[in-house]
Amino acid sequence: MYFALLYSQYPRTMSIESTIRQFRPEKHNLLMILHALQNSHPKNYLTEEALSNTARYLGLTKSAVYGVASYYSMFSLTPRGKYIIRVCVSPVCELLKAKEVVGILEKELGITTGQTTPCGLFTLEHSECLGQCQEAPSMMINEKVYNQLDANRINDILQGFRQHKP
Amino acid sequence: MKQETRIILKNAGRIDPGSIDDYIAAGGYEGLRKALGMKPGAVIDELLEAGLRGRGGAGFSTGMKQRFTSKGCLECPRRYVVVNADEGEPGTFKDRIIMEQDPHLYLEGTIIAAHAIRASRGYIYLRAEYHQSIERTLRAIEQAYEKGFLGKNIMGSGVDLDLEIKLGAGSYLCGEELTMLESLEGKRGNPRIKPPFPAEKGVFGMPTLVNNVETLANVPLIISKGKQWYRQFGTERSPGTKIFTISGQVNKPGHYELELGISLRELIDHLAGGMREGKAFKAALLGGAAGTFVGPVMLDERLTYDNLAEKGATLGSGAVIVMAEGDPVHDILHNCLRFFRHESCGKCVPCRAGTTLLVRESEELRAEHPDKDGLLQQMLREAQIMASTSLCPLGQSPVLPLKSAAKYFADELTGRGRA
Repeated sequence: MYFALLYSQYPRTMSIESTIRQFRPEKHNLLMILHALQNSHPKNYLTEEALSNTARYLGLTKSAVYGVASYYSMFSLTPRGKYIIRVCVSPVCELLKAKEVVGILEKELGITTGQTTPCGLFTLEHSECLGQCQEAPSMMINEKVYNQLDANRINDILQGFRQHKP
Repeated sequence: MKQETRIILKNAGRIDPGSIDDYIAAGGYEGLRKALGMKPGAVIDELLEAGLRGRGGAGFSTGMKQRFTSKGCLECPRRYVVVNADEGEPGTFKDRIIMEQDPHLYLEGTIIAAHAIRASRGYIYLRAEYHQSIERTLRAIEQAYEKGFLGKNIMGSGVDLDLEIKLGAGSYLCGEELTMLESLEGKRGNPRIKPPFPAEKGVFGMPTLVNNVETLANVPLIISKGKQWYRQFGTERSPGTKIFTISGQVNKPGHYELELGISLRELIDHLAGGMREGKAFKAALLGGAAGTFVGPVMLDERLTYDNLAEKGATLGSGAVIVMAEGDPVHDILHNCLRFFRHESCGKCVPCRAGTTLLVRESEELRAEHPDKDGLLQQMLREAQIMASTSLCPLGQSPVLPLKSAAKYFADELTGRGRA
């Protein structure tokens, strides 16, 4: 089942070509292919080679594929960390101190939002509502959701990832 | 004390969402069995007479939508059913609860809806951030295929349906039905001009029924138990229940399934455990970012689509974001405006330029400005122009929180009052 490709824990051993070929060569599969390619890259992004191979496979122009890849917030055209931290900045999280969460993360990681740590482990991003409002403030790290964040909890979570035990 | 009426969420937390056998043992797939024994038109009539309205926010009659789709483009070779599972309205998580806790319920509703409009293919467009919803839905689809509820000749009826999941990629706008169809086709999320409506020309140019997850979760219940049973819940014009998601400054934020007609005060005090730390209620943002602020004078108004519309407010997706004394309304308003700027696709100039302009003016409103009253009036005018000249609901939305915030909290926004 090609859905396994959509998870970042998936073994990153597949080539661009074999990843693409898990999908039927139909244009409507573009977003799914981009998800799979991005997740199969150790730096969580879409390379130029990935975009042009996809364009060729689907019979689309490179500009059309670039247009789609650059439109959607979850896709990145620049290298990122192994773990993507997405902090929810929706009204509910803001009401319950999401700005403090962002501040703690920036301080703890030594980067500002949008940047990747020099060790290549973490990229810090903002996200619109993650739909976890019952336990705000929230964030996601790759596929996993973390709620009711405070300084202690954030430190514990980051520590876990640093020790490769998420 | 007001209490929940759980019909949609009756299985939630009670059965294993990963087990189709649990779902069947709880009466699941009875609605599908019954529907497959009915003519498609009869299924539509039942939903029409039950009075089911779309739960995505617009509240359009589900039966009418199905009737239009079943009669749209009769010469087209195929028709589609599309599930809108791209829940992204800030403060809303009702569909996530259904998908995580009882995925077969909306899957069954989808199969019945496909039969009603004679669709042989379908997609579930699910936001990529909802991993647990994706996993549970995938598992549910696999199990439904194994049991013969999906695929060829479903339960020996001669009806075929193939269903697959398509993931979004972080665009709020793709939750709008025409934009969703563009995204499903693998394109940028730019809205389409309507008409034609999806009922006539939807995904791949074919007649398409687009329904929200919560709407579809109602369908098996109506078919298996009948419209009379269904109509005992809710009001004459809005039968059934609605899942509210309440968050912010309350003691027990969460999801509550209620018959329409409860007041905001009852929702907060009877269900959500009252205000956090005993603070005073200040405002609620109803329906998310594309929703409306209400002040304390609205606490005792009935939360129904019609009553709120009369009062210039909206129920929308059922999101209720509660603010307490001391929470600056401007922060939340600004958050909504910033959200629209981020999510605008840029296709319509008034929306692209307007969402940027409103954020800048909102910043000026917070800083020093010689004429804050004039500035607020100007923002309202601009938002109104955007609403009249933008193609899709995104450009039409900023006026909603802006106008309602100005209605109840003008003094605070212009610096005359305190948060």
